[in-house]
Amino acid sequence: MRYAYYPGCSAESTARDMHQSTLVVAKALGIELQEARGWTCCGATAGHQTNRLLAVSLPAANLAKVQDMKLDMVVNCAACYNRMKVANHEILAHSEIRQGVRDALDRDYDGSVRVRHLLEVLLEDVGLPTITRSLKHSLNGLKVACYYGCLLVRPPGVVKFDDPENPKSLDRLVTAMGGQSLDWPCKVECCGGGLSLSRTDVVINLTGSILDMAVQSGADCIAVSCPMCQSNLDLRQQDINKQTGKNYRMPVIYITQLLGLCLGFGPGELGFEKLMVPATNVLKKVNERA
Amino acid sequence: MITIKKKKNSRALKDAVEELSGVDLSVCYQCKKCSGGCPVATLTQSRPSEIMRQLHLGAGDELLASDLVWMCVSCEICSARCPMGIDVAAVMDALRRLAIERGAPKPEGNVPLFNRAFLKTVETFGRSYEIGMITAYKLGTGKLMNDTEKFPAMLKKGKIALLPPRGGDRKTVKRIFRKIKERKGAKA
Repeated sequence: MRYAYYPGCSAESTARDMHQSTLVVAKALGIELQEARGWTCCGATAGHQTNRLLAVSLPAANLAKVQDMKLDMVVNCAACYNRMKVANHEILAHSEIRQGVRDALDRDYDGSVRVRHLLEVLLEDVGLPTITRSLKHSLNGLKVACYYGCLLVRPPGVVKFDDPENPKSLDRLVTAMGGQSLDWPCKVECCGGGLSLSRTDVVINLTGSILDMAVQSGADCIAVSCPMCQSNLDLRQQDINKQTGKNYRMPVIYITQLLGLCLGFGPGELGFEKLMVPATNVLKKVNERA
Repeated sequence: MITIKKKKNSRALKDAVEELSGVDLSVCYQCKKCSGGCPVATLTQSRPSEIMRQLHLGAGDELLASDLVWMCVSCEICSARCPMGIDVAAVMDALRRLAIERGAPKPEGNVPLFNRAFLKTVETFGRSYEIGMITAYKLGTGKLMNDTEKFPAMLKKGKIALLPPRGGDRKTVKRIFRKIKERKGAKA
């Protein structure tokens, strides 16, 4: 199983823990990730809010590089995944966009590179039986609220990822690891995304209600697969506590970090020390051998 | 009731929005599902279904000052749930682009400034550079002290990169930005 890997900008900064745990888990499960050389930013929300052609050309520069590698592209950041998929869709649907991208990149790109989220690779290519066989530890009934956010599942016609209203990919992994995935109503709610700095009030409002529901559902932690969701839910907890008098201490963990623990890796190898809200309760539970 | 305030000589936005977004605004039958799912609709003065209706009724540039234009989080729930398949999120993108082009008043929080700061680091380094972007944004807003209490812990944990990113194909990205600017220049 060989793939071209697109880490995304967060992988080098606020989501180093996601990147680190992705590499560790992939290696353990026989997924060979070859980093796309010279990869560049997908443009994120700022790109598509500013200019349509810019929003397609920035991802397309990376898709064209991956096309030369003759491999499928694997992305772990939900936001980058979304932009790559939308770019392919726009290029395939509109010849004038394809022409504009050709002019911007100085090369043609036909929109044909297959873009996969790491969760799709884990569930479809590796498969739960193989993953289950490779596990060394169990989540020991840890109660996990699986949070998908927006960009992994929307727009459904373009990303075609799981069920857009009640996705189960993360839940299936958590269950396979011996955790208890919770039935809760905030799976595909929005964390406030790119408004973290510009409208912190909005982000605090949205993440506050997600955290509240996770607590009410009895969650020990929230599992995510998006750097924006992770940082909004994790980093903003102290602001919410300060502003609303709440006392949230909800660890927000990448699914690859949980999977890494169950595959037998230590918290240091998986970037657990980078979480703002420490995952002490999770580490304790996983290390108790059932 | 939806009221449209329209200034004399103000151009109707409908055609420009339809052209930019590829959306046919006339098929909206006001079921308000977009507003029902919108995560910020309880925080804003205007809701997505109202924006759709106002556009359809011939609203002018005044609509670009609606708070929803820049409080919309691009979560795409509206597009995903629209029974008529209208890409409401694309309409919001079109409104933001028109707001910049036509010089609509700066919104609270200044998302356009944030977007410019973000894209500037991408244009310069090929990849986004958070500390550079945050600094530029803070200098622009004058609110230098917001969130600074988190930096020491984030740096200590290695939760944010201090130095600008390296290794990205800067040449291609610079070319993309240059070509987009040339296009805009030719259009104006």
